[in-house]
Amino acid sequence: MEALLKEVFSRFSPETGYAVDEVTLLFRREEILEACRIAKTDPRINFDFLRCLSVVEYPESFQVVYHLYSTTKRHKASFKANAPTENPMFPSVVSIWKGADWHEREGAELFGVTFEGHPNLKHLLLYDEFEGYPMLKSYPFAEIEKP
Amino acid sequence: MAIDSSFNTVDMMVNMGPQHPSTHGVFRMVLTVDGERIVNAEPYIGYLHRGTEKLCEGQNYRQCIELFDRLDYLSNFNNELVFCMAVEKLMGLEVPQRAQYIRVILSELNRITSHLMFYGAFGADAGAITPFLYGFRERERTQALFESVSGARMMHGYFRVGGLAQDVPADFVKNVKELMPFLYQGIKEMDDLLSENDVFLPRTKGVGVLTAAEAIDLGVSGPILRACGVAEDLRRSDPYLVYDRLEFDVPVGQNGDCYDRYWVRMQEMYESLKIIGQAIEQLPDGPIVAQLPRGMLRPPKGEAYARGENPRGEFGVYVVSEGRDKPYRVKIRGPSFCNLMALKTLLKDAYIADSVVILGSVDIVLGDVDR
Repeated sequence: MEALLKEVFSRFSPETGYAVDEVTLLFRREEILEACRIAKTDPRINFDFLRCLSVVEYPESFQVVYHLYSTTKRHKASFKANAPTENPMFPSVVSIWKGADWHEREGAELFGVTFEGHPNLKHLLLYDEFEGYPMLKSYPFAEIEKP
Repeated sequence: MAIDSSFNTVDMMVNMGPQHPSTHGVFRMVLTVDGERIVNAEPYIGYLHRGTEKLCEGQNYRQCIELFDRLDYLSNFNNELVFCMAVEKLMGLEVPQRAQYIRVILSELNRITSHLMFYGAFGADAGAITPFLYGFRERERTQALFESVSGARMMHGYFRVGGLAQDVPADFVKNVKELMPFLYQGIKEMDDLLSENDVFLPRTKGVGVLTAAEAIDLGVSGPILRACGVAEDLRRSDPYLVYDRLEFDVPVGQNGDCYDRYWVRMQEMYESLKIIGQAIEQLPDGPIVAQLPRGMLRPPKGEAYARGENPRGEFGVYVVSEGRDKPYRVKIRGPSFCNLMALKTLLKDAYIADSVVILGSVDIVLGDVDR
């Protein structure tokens, strides 16, 4: 699997790693949209099913993790991209997998990350007037708790 | 009377929910209707948002299991299982055989109780109250079995990282063996009541059609995806536990309409019974929990994504560990959350009278949608 992915994405030279049993490819933020498009359309890998899209806050950056699966080839992998904390902006992949819609809205409202090109980035789980981004590590668990 | 298309009409907004009996919880949708046809449907969720992912970050791994019970509250065992599998993956734990078999038996029984709940609610959505009463009869007895095993009817907290909290009671095998013919008979009766029913069929056949390509694009999984004709079942395509040793079929629909979604779930109950029958025969003796390090669970630094076939579809848990006793990040992929994204597509151009049946056929649990 790793060799195949390396061959398909040779021109991006992504950083490969392992999440236990899955290959992970870390792309640059500018390339992730193109990489996702290739991942879906390339017949050798054909990742047509977006299992999950997660935003993770690391001390120095935000990371988006795309867990991909192919219903035809029955293989899986995950893609990643980083964005600096000062400018947490990622391209939206809704144009590739429609199923990314709510995952991105959720990531945006809970982490303060922007997904450029998303058709409707309104609050999903929180009410409209809610201020702040509750999933950030700096956000306290309860009101009485100091951050 | 022919309708003059040049006649000026105004679309009407109909608000459904959040407190509406057919929304299975607190779910709201705003329908824009042109006469009887739905032009646009806008779902609003989040009324039950409890911030489970954030709560997980503040608790240790053992405490997190209890939170997973409260997500999809109709398939508690399956939820716990996937979280435990994610942590076991991170720690590289080998779960003892006996624990794996008991996990399979309980997860499959839980699938049946969940589908029975679907059966009852779907019948009620289509306008028949009898299925609701029938479904609960079998469900009640299965829950009594769950109670004898875990001490609770719904929020079990029975699975642990590495195995189970305690061994099953001595009469567990006997009870399951007694329960199975009772369940089979009950499911057969329900099947006979609704599956060929002349009132039920026109309400569901050809209603709310989803194509396979749309379903895959929307990230829909579970019975809804299989109803579209895609034979995708994680127990087969990405086996976990001991499913690769058990014989069962994956029921697949053809048309992707409400009836096929119902039919796939009915067939799945028979398949689950088959799995339980084999698992109870093969159930080995031995330990029920793996050798764990003393004290707090501290998985090594890393990340893992575990997934399992829940009654409603693929339940995924992504855990990032920093080597501490609490997870650094937990992302939950709820099957209801992803399946609900298809609602907009399903409701487009449907009749407003069918909206309740279509929503019922998606079989959402709001605890899982809002997390």
